[in-house]
Amino acid sequence: MLTIVQDHWSFLLWGQFPDGPIGGLALTIVIAVMSLAITFPFAVCIALARTSGLPMLHWLSTGYVYVVRGLPILTFLLWLYFLLPLLLPFSITPFWTLLAAIVIYQSAYLSEVIRAGIEGLPPGQTEAARSLGMSWFIVTRKVVLPQALYDVLPGILNQFTIIIKESSLGSVIALNELTFQAAQVDSFLVTKSLSIYCLIALVYFMICFSLSYLVKNLENRIANKRGATLTGPDNFGFA
Amino acid sequence: MGSQFDFSAVVSGDYGKLFVIGVQYTFVLFGLSWVVSMSVGTILAVLSLSRTKVLRWLVAVFVAYHRNVPLLVQLMLWYFAIPRTLPTSVTSVINSWRPEVAYAVIALSLCCGAYIAEDIRSGLRAIPRTQFEASRSIGFSRFQSMRWVILPQAFRLSLPSLINDTLDLFKSTSIAAVIGVGELTYQMRLIENETFRIYEVFIVVSAIYFSVTIPFMILAAAASRHAALYRK
Repeated sequence: MLTIVQDHWSFLLWGQFPDGPIGGLALTIVIAVMSLAITFPFAVCIALARTSGLPMLHWLSTGYVYVVRGLPILTFLLWLYFLLPLLLPFSITPFWTLLAAIVIYQSAYLSEVIRAGIEGLPPGQTEAARSLGMSWFIVTRKVVLPQALYDVLPGILNQFTIIIKESSLGSVIALNELTFQAAQVDSFLVTKSLSIYCLIALVYFMICFSLSYLVKNLENRIANKRGATLTGPDNFGFA
Repeated sequence: MGSQFDFSAVVSGDYGKLFVIGVQYTFVLFGLSWVVSMSVGTILAVLSLSRTKVLRWLVAVFVAYHRNVPLLVQLMLWYFAIPRTLPTSVTSVINSWRPEVAYAVIALSLCCGAYIAEDIRSGLRAIPRTQFEASRSIGFSRFQSMRWVILPQAFRLSLPSLINDTLDLFKSTSIAAVIGVGELTYQMRLIENETFRIYEVFIVVSAIYFSVTIPFMILAAAASRHAALYRK
């Protein structure tokens, strides 16, 4: 395993980067960060639509979430891979195909996470803000979203690890991210399959596990902070 | 896409047969993996309550590995790498059947088993210790009180997340297409390559997936509403 790392570390880490397209682990991270950044605003909009109480918006967004959650991401990715070249007047790279698939797919999942945060707020928050004469928009922007997004920060980070894992599907459409590069090294070395696949499993594990660890700590901190402020008065006599 | 919609071109004749084969493989993968992963998950969840520290630690490592490595990588590890370390007597038995299906079932059920173990464990943690003590005091053995008193309650509490993970397992069977299992997504790619009828093929495949996943999602929503009532 060590000799593989010595011989192919730059290939696995950033592909042929200075001389060619960026790849490997660097590309995996780029995909994950970009996907989350693009997904986030969509997910917030869908979550707001689902909690808005307007029937039309509610049904549209609920339908979207159900349809997306009903299909495997690989099926969806392959379909986009075939379909996008037909629909678009310009040629599209596997990078953008994967990004589109993850954004469409994760905006449904992330919206569920954010919706849980919005619905988890005590109704008194919105009622108090409305009674001060704030419009729906101001209430959402100044009262609901700051609290809800803070509460679900662990959930959002958790989706980030899921996105990192999903980006491995890029190898199916020949996008040179970490898993694809590993398969390349494997077919090049022929006999070292076990070491190479254990190596990338270890890389994914270290990234995702440290993120999950962070999520757990964050969860505890937020629970402590919110628990003190939100349920404080109720706990008198028990604490 | 010069021609109009024509479903008969993709669902009749040879292509129709491919769809049927795909559906069969998908359900074989799903059924086998579900049974194995539920058993693995239950056993792991119970083991995680064990008094032996090493055992708890091993379960934690197993769960952490399967939750933090992409399923695709786990699948590739099982299909491309691990067979090379197994003795030929074992691999020849597996190869005499359908090796890709066998390894896909192993990978899917271990991965899903780790998720199910976490679901059941959170259900187990919600059961008050007094339940165990009470059943012990009326003469149940440790195994019996687990089997008849604790686990049934834990399953009921973790039902919403169990349904969700079952749904995820069903969708994850599509990843087995990468190692050449002829399930639905694999056949979709095959038929698409031969007929170029992207829309028709995708609509048929989606309809098949939806016919399973939508009922599951409705069931999961109902179960979590019920669980929320139950807790109040």
